[in-house]
Amino acid sequence: MAECGRVDSNTSHTMDKSITLPPDEIFRNLENAKRFAIDIGGSLTKLAYYSTVQHKVAKVRSFDHTAKAAAGDKLYEISMQEEVTARLHFIKFENAYIETCLDFIKDHLVNTETKVIKATGGGAHKFKELIERKLGLKVDKEDEMTCLIKGCNFVLKNIPHEAFVYAKHADSEFRFQTTNPDIFPYLLVNIGSGVSIVKVESEDKFERIGGSSIGGGTFWGLGALLTKTKRFDELLQLASKGQHASVDMLVKDIYGGSYGYLGLTGDLIASSFGKSATADKDFSKEDMAKSLLHMISNDIGQLACLYAKLHNLSRVYFGGFFIRGHPVTMHTITYSINFFTKGEVQALFLRHEGYLGTIGAFLKGAEEDNPNQYSWGENYAGSSGLMSVSPDMNPMQRARSGTFDMLEMDRLERQLVNLPLLQDPSSYIPDTVDLTEDALAREYWLYCFEEALDGVVKRAVASQPDMPEAALRAEKFRQKYRHKLQTLRQQPFAYGSLTVRSLLDTREHCLNEFNFPDPYSKIKQRENDIALKYYQKAVKSLDELSWEEKQFALVQGVLAGNVFDWGAKAVSDVLESDPEFGFEEAKRQLEDNSGVDIILGVMPFVRELLSRGTEVVLASNSGPALNDVTNGELQILTERIAAMDPVIEAGLREDRLLLVQSGSSSPCLDLSRLDKVLAMVVRERQTDLVIIEGMGRAIHTNYYAMLSCESLKMAVIKNSWLADRLGGKLFSVVFKYEVPAGKPNKDCGAFSPS
Amino acid sequence: MKLINEKKPAFPWFGMDIGGTLVKLVYFEPVDITAEEEQEEVENLKSIRRYLTSNVAYGKTGVRDVHLELRNLTMCGRTGNLHFIRFPTQAMPRFIQMGRDKNFSSLHTTLCATGGGAYKFENEFRMMADLELLKLDELDCLIRGLLFVDRVGFNGHPECYYFQNPSDTQSCVKKPCTLDNPFPMLLVNIGSGVSILAVYSENNYKRVTGTSLGGGTFLGLCCLLTGCETFEEALEMASKGDSTNVDKLVKDIYGGDYERFGLQGSAVASSFGHMMSKEKRDSISKEDLARATLVTITNNIGSIARMCAVNEKIERVVFVGNFLRINTVSTKLLAYAMDYWSKGQLRALFLEHEGYFGAVGALMELLKTTEDP
Repeated sequence: MAECGRVDSNTSHTMDKSITLPPDEIFRNLENAKRFAIDIGGSLTKLAYYSTVQHKVAKVRSFDHTAKAAAGDKLYEISMQEEVTARLHFIKFENAYIETCLDFIKDHLVNTETKVIKATGGGAHKFKELIERKLGLKVDKEDEMTCLIKGCNFVLKNIPHEAFVYAKHADSEFRFQTTNPDIFPYLLVNIGSGVSIVKVESEDKFERIGGSSIGGGTFWGLGALLTKTKRFDELLQLASKGQHASVDMLVKDIYGGSYGYLGLTGDLIASSFGKSATADKDFSKEDMAKSLLHMISNDIGQLACLYAKLHNLSRVYFGGFFIRGHPVTMHTITYSINFFTKGEVQALFLRHEGYLGTIGAFLKGAEEDNPNQYSWGENYAGSSGLMSVSPDMNPMQRARSGTFDMLEMDRLERQLVNLPLLQDPSSYIPDTVDLTEDALAREYWLYCFEEALDGVVKRAVASQPDMPEAALRAEKFRQKYRHKLQTLRQQPFAYGSLTVRSLLDTREHCLNEFNFPDPYSKIKQRENDIALKYYQKAVKSLDELSWEEKQFALVQGVLAGNVFDWGAKAVSDVLESDPEFGFEEAKRQLEDNSGVDIILGVMPFVRELLSRGTEVVLASNSGPALNDVTNGELQILTERIAAMDPVIEAGLREDRLLLVQSGSSSPCLDLSRLDKVLAMVVRERQTDLVIIEGMGRAIHTNYYAMLSCESLKMAVIKNSWLADRLGGKLFSVVFKYEVPAGKPNKDCGAFSPS
Repeated sequence: MKLINEKKPAFPWFGMDIGGTLVKLVYFEPVDITAEEEQEEVENLKSIRRYLTSNVAYGKTGVRDVHLELRNLTMCGRTGNLHFIRFPTQAMPRFIQMGRDKNFSSLHTTLCATGGGAYKFENEFRMMADLELLKLDELDCLIRGLLFVDRVGFNGHPECYYFQNPSDTQSCVKKPCTLDNPFPMLLVNIGSGVSILAVYSENNYKRVTGTSLGGGTFLGLCCLLTGCETFEEALEMASKGDSTNVDKLVKDIYGGDYERFGLQGSAVASSFGHMMSKEKRDSISKEDLARATLVTITNNIGSIARMCAVNEKIERVVFVGNFLRINTVSTKLLAYAMDYWSKGQLRALFLEHEGYFGAVGALMELLKTTEDP
């Protein structure tokens, strides 16, 4: 019932004592930290704080246009600027370290504005005095359940792939759920020492509709009595090895087989511990633990189903220390829910379940900052990811993963929402291939990203020629990203579904972490300069073609431009492996027929649309990713093109050509997390055609995206493995035009170039 | 007379319910035997009647619940006493052996049996004792038997009772009542495991759900935790224990009520929650453990039953099954739980013949099969 009743204190793990805590790697950015919150449970402490992070960003600034005449002049300048962004830090460590951690925080805490620390969890009152003494902050207690729900709402809203279904025997144990934009209503079953069942209807409206006293404490307490085993996870380990049928009375023990009339199979448990009602038999610890685990999981599952049915809820999340990443309990709960609802309801679990209390407590304390008005994103570089605490894992590994764990969330500059044109936002999955489920593809891509790492490091160093310590930073980046790749090889589910997108995003996060905000900025700059010179020529030669030829050439232009993508393996192999085939030369080779994607491919296409009278919304990345054009760069480029092209100029002037940010800083595109302004423009302009271009946005993601208007997905397959997989050849073209059933044509297009 | 006799099944009249833990046997002892009948009656039949009616214990483990006997009952045109006998399912092989030794098969009676054991032991009856069982569904029998016993009453008193003032241990009293208009009712049968049925009429019912946390769990856990051997022993210990030494209450966590959610401080937050601490485990008494086990299982059944009642929109919840035998701790707790958590909307009802309705239902089937061919 009362969820919380966290557990008594004498549970600290002796086995972990030898592992030292590296506090400076864990408590990062303490210099600017403020707004602390702490959630102290039975064995783990979760600390939260808000901090600001200074990091470099590459900014583009247009040169004075009047001076443009001079040949060879750069179009715009790139400067590295310091930018401050908000970040939330969440750290989980064992209660045994609480004193060490508080000392460390105190020593590094510069900010003195903070007066209060929000606290929740069963252990909050026990450590109140210690916290107040060590940190000099006033401990302000918050209701546990309120914090839990607040935290739950926050992660469900802000972390894609937060929720997952657990399937023990499937290829991938964790099946992540697509984020439904509307997270309410849902049922949260919190299994602490007791069980609380809470119905959550909105951000502020929730109700404890029921509970049970048979929970994690019952498993632990009764299990300890029966097996003389003290620790909770040792009990789970025992249970995972036991055979419950020697202790439980099954239907077949009573009937000799199944109870066919009611459809009860013979293996069903008729009476838990029904066979132990005898004095003349000994039962193994393992078997008793298993029987107890089944008894409790089934009971909780049954109650959860009864409440879900009564309140007509189909989303049921499970949390609490009984669940917390334990495959054994996730499996038994899943089984139980499946049994009692005949598969109609799926048990859902949360990647950051252990952090909900502290996130909620933090949010309570930060209400004046209104954190809920922003969008937040998980920082893959600074987050530990989901660890499997499988009993099969060796004790050392388990101890290490349990010692500390981190979650970092970045406040995004823009608020992100769904593309209004998604046919069914709740079933939209951005990614084309789920590498968590596809082992072969996972192997390939992990290998691919590892292979490409040297090149990325080189380019990162090259992007900052004036900074001597860049090489060292780049090396750190290499280590970090390689470590991430290794983790993902072991635990592909660590950050939700593993996808090409998430691999790319993780790389971007790691690059940013070490202040390589835009390794391609100079390359892009050079490209743009050169391409711009060819623009008029390209447009002129296009205009000389017949209408049909011209359309063909335009599409070719977009696709050819798309080949010229330095990130793609096949292309970069050609460019970088052969020293004879120099960089400049490569460009010359390719330039004649392709030019740069955006200027010689996309812009002439946009121009054509504009001259037909079509309104065009041109969306581009908010932040840098690979060599993709950013909105900042595109603004300048478009201005320059407008200066020499009356069609573009008129488009801008008459508001028929709009440049907007996508809200993304990824080479891929998640249509469920787009800039709010873009969504608004799309709605206002009644966009009826969406063009998605490039491998990252139209192949790795959105290939199967269903839109409520016409759509065109175009890309060139620049990866031979993927080409093989799709049954085509390297540099094959994907040109996918889709019309939703029964939609009339209108004249307005949105365009999202790579 | 002869004509009527032909329509009636031959004596002896038995109904048997072979459960996971207990075998329940009802025996109809005719008291209107005519001299003529007496003469015709084979010795075998006489000895069975004498054996059953003159003893209250059979072998080491068989018991006749004399206090439950229904006297001067009319069944199928005959008057007699209905006897209620039980023995552990473990003794089933010996029972079958006895059937063979007493040459039961020569009586040419049909042995109506229900419960899982009717299926499990069917072959042994056939092979060992040359007896053919008429297997009957346990839930059909349960409902039929229950409605019959409620109809005929308990020797002039009502079969059914409830607790008045269930929320107040001082003034909580057992009150007889009648199930005049019994439908719909939620029937909670607590044997080794638990079945919960929604009953709309004698022949219209559905099994809503069940739980494996039942009487078998109570006894099984008690045996493991305290070393006791019998249900009686377990209950005896439980009656002397205090579960609050074992269970963590809301007030143990919050220092009082958890007002935000309207939870009383005295509510159990975590069953066996105190047992997470080694010191408390080392000092706990067997009686307290037995009591906590009983309270845990009972509250859980109450909670599931209440949810089912709400889901099925049924206000009358009838608890039966041998778990409730000599178990006032559980009956009162169930009465309290139904009343408290439903804010007086639900009423818990109990029946005096707790676990015997399946066997009665099986006997009725015997009488019915020969009545209408």
